Amino acid sequence: MLGAVLLVVVVAFVFWVFVRDVLPGLAPVATQGAQLAKPSDLLFYALAALSMVSGAGVAFSRSIIYSALSLLGTLLGIGALFVFLSADYVAISQLLIYIGGVLVLILFAVMLTSKIGDRSHTNPSVGVFPGIVLSVALVAVLGYVVTKSPWIVKPDAPQINQTARTIGDVFLREYLLPFEVASLVLLATLIGAVVIARKEIKE
Amino acid sequence: MLAPGLAHFLIVGAVLFAFGTYTVVTRTNAVGILMGVELILNSANVNFVAFHRFNPSPLLTGQVFSIFVIVLAAAEAAVALAIVLAIFMTSKTIDVTQADVLKD
Repeated sequence: MLGAVLLVVVVAFVFWVFVRDVLPGLAPVATQGAQLAKPSDLLFYALAALSMVSGAGVAFSRSIIYSALSLLGTLLGIGALFVFLSADYVAISQLLIYIGGVLVLILFAVMLTSKIGDRSHTNPSVGVFPGIVLSVALVAVLGYVVTKSPWIVKPDAPQINQTARTIGDVFLREYLLPFEVASLVLLATLIGAVVIARKEIKE
Repeated sequence: MLAPGLAHFLIVGAVLFAFGTYTVVTRTNAVGILMGVELILNSANVNFVAFHRFNPSPLLTGQVFSIFVIVLAAAEAAVALAIVLAIFMTSKTIDVTQADVLKD
């Protein structure tokens, strides 16, 4: 009971700060949108909308299979945002590893474990109200931080064009130790996953 | 509508993070929780790459870090799904509220 009261008080405070400080900061930004609408900007908004709407699908879908397919949309949208941020190598990695590997793995796990047939029971959720409160408070706090912080931004600084080449260089030079540790982690994962998931052989 | 700056990407990351947190908190299906974790890791990646784009360093720090995050996310997904399959083989359910054998 006390916890609930405390939660409500905290959330009310966060809302109050959000309305007082963040919304006035956003208003002039919204009105000065006269120099707008290059096609690339519209593309950004479309991609952001794709990833956020699909993220909502992951969070709120009734069926776990719909959640997995929404995750596909989110990962695609984020990969496209990486291209938008001129990080082509990361985008390709996202495409290959997440969509080609992790998502297929998740779909396999869904098929192997859930009864897809009874649609309303595959993806139960508990504590919806505290979850919504928590995530709304998170967005409010993070939005406050994002809009209020004095970020050091150099948008027209020279970008590195050959990201794949540079990433290969720094992997084998400055980041050699983390690179090798990551390969060891992947090896341990390979062995560990096989050992955990196999059937035990009883004598 | 105005040209997307750093704040736009950070807002996208924040919203995805909130959805991921909601998924992790409310789901009882273990695979669903795993999807929420993937969402959270992806939102962090968006932030890393955006910070790198708007304040670049010659060592490509943000992109390299996001690649490490992707690698660890893949490893985490593989091990977690193996554990989920093991739980399913022993107790025939992957409801995380039911998997409390170690309590007894």
